[in-house]
Amino acid sequence: MKKKKTNEQADKSSTELRQELVDHFREKRELLRHQWVEQMISKGLLAGLTREEIETESMTIYDTCIVCLETGEYDGAQTYAIRMAERGVLRGMTSEQIIGGLLTLRDVYGRSLFERYQHDMERLSSALDIYEPVANKILSIVALAFVEEREKVVRQQQEAIQELSTPVLQVRDQMLILPIIGVIDTHRARQLTEQLLRTIRISRAKVVVMDITGVPGVDSKVANHLVQTVDASQLMGATVIVTGISPEIAQTLVTLGVDLTKMNTVGDLQGGIEEADHLLGYKVVRVESSNGFIRKEKV
Amino acid sequence: MLVPILKQGDYLIASVQSELSDADLLKLRDDLVSRVGEFRSRGVIVDVTILDVMDSFATRTLRSMAHMIMLRGAKTVIVGIQPEVAFSMVQLGLKLENVATALDLEEGMALLDRQTKGDTRRG
Repeated sequence: MKKKKTNEQADKSSTELRQELVDHFREKRELLRHQWVEQMISKGLLAGLTREEIETESMTIYDTCIVCLETGEYDGAQTYAIRMAERGVLRGMTSEQIIGGLLTLRDVYGRSLFERYQHDMERLSSALDIYEPVANKILSIVALAFVEEREKVVRQQQEAIQELSTPVLQVRDQMLILPIIGVIDTHRARQLTEQLLRTIRISRAKVVVMDITGVPGVDSKVANHLVQTVDASQLMGATVIVTGISPEIAQTLVTLGVDLTKMNTVGDLQGGIEEADHLLGYKVVRVESSNGFIRKEKV
Repeated sequence: MLVPILKQGDYLIASVQSELSDADLLKLRDDLVSRVGEFRSRGVIVDVTILDVMDSFATRTLRSMAHMIMLRGAKTVIVGIQPEVAFSMVQLGLKLENVATALDLEEGMALLDRQTKGDTRRG
């Protein structure tokens, strides 16, 4: 019978039904919300939240969902999801908790619709037609907000690690040390070189000791990056001394046929600093009264 | 845009004031190579602090210029290459082989002082 109606009538009846659903959920608000909270507690999805938080959050979520259903606008849900994601990720809430919680709410709504329309299958099916897309949309909004927030945190941490991982240190006037630890890829090599060049300009360095003891492996690409760093520093008027080339890396470089003859290499960091001292005309001398150091410690 | 060439004691200083066209670069090269003989200079400093870009032509011209000046009996130092320029140069594979470079004018002068110390041409 319904199929014989015109589209206009169908639209009208769907609007009516939508309003009916909204009224239904509003009316049963307290009942359904408590059902939802209890189900979540029994599933252990609310661990780490206080009673108060559960109350306010569940109310807000419940109402936001109804607003979405009523108006068909998801801006409120979007804003709330982003805010929730920011807090949730910071407090270490798992995705399971969030998604699980919303899935539970979806079930609770759905179940109550079944109860209401169980004697009128046709009406139930059109009610679900209205309700389900909204529920799915809300779920995807929240899930996406969480994934995005996670990615944001990961990006921030990556940046922090990269900043920390390439310190350029001044040990004496005109002498810098660049200890490289960890894997060098194109991106890091670029960042490292840029930072070194900036520091050379600021501190007017003449000699740079680049220590690669902490670099696990070198292939032709990495070697190429190192050569580029050395060349670029040279253009800025600074000499680079490379130290800490392990036996394995030396073997790899020779086997690969990388030409490092132009590079100034010294065995270890100590040797590198001594060489740099020599280039800059520094001389380190042990002072006779250096045992004062021991006496001082005893005082 | 012409590059002013200043005489400073035994050295010549060419201070680049704006981006240079290919023709400007060639003119600079010719001027410097002839002035070195004219003033009997022992060193030449080319200050490229202002340049944001160094392409292959500029690099090649500077390199050949340095070699020409060497044949005329003077040393050349390129000074003031910016970090960004240095980085893009190595990425493009442009090299200033056998050409001295220094951070800035001051360092360049110091380098020339050291390199020409043993030079007793002037007594």
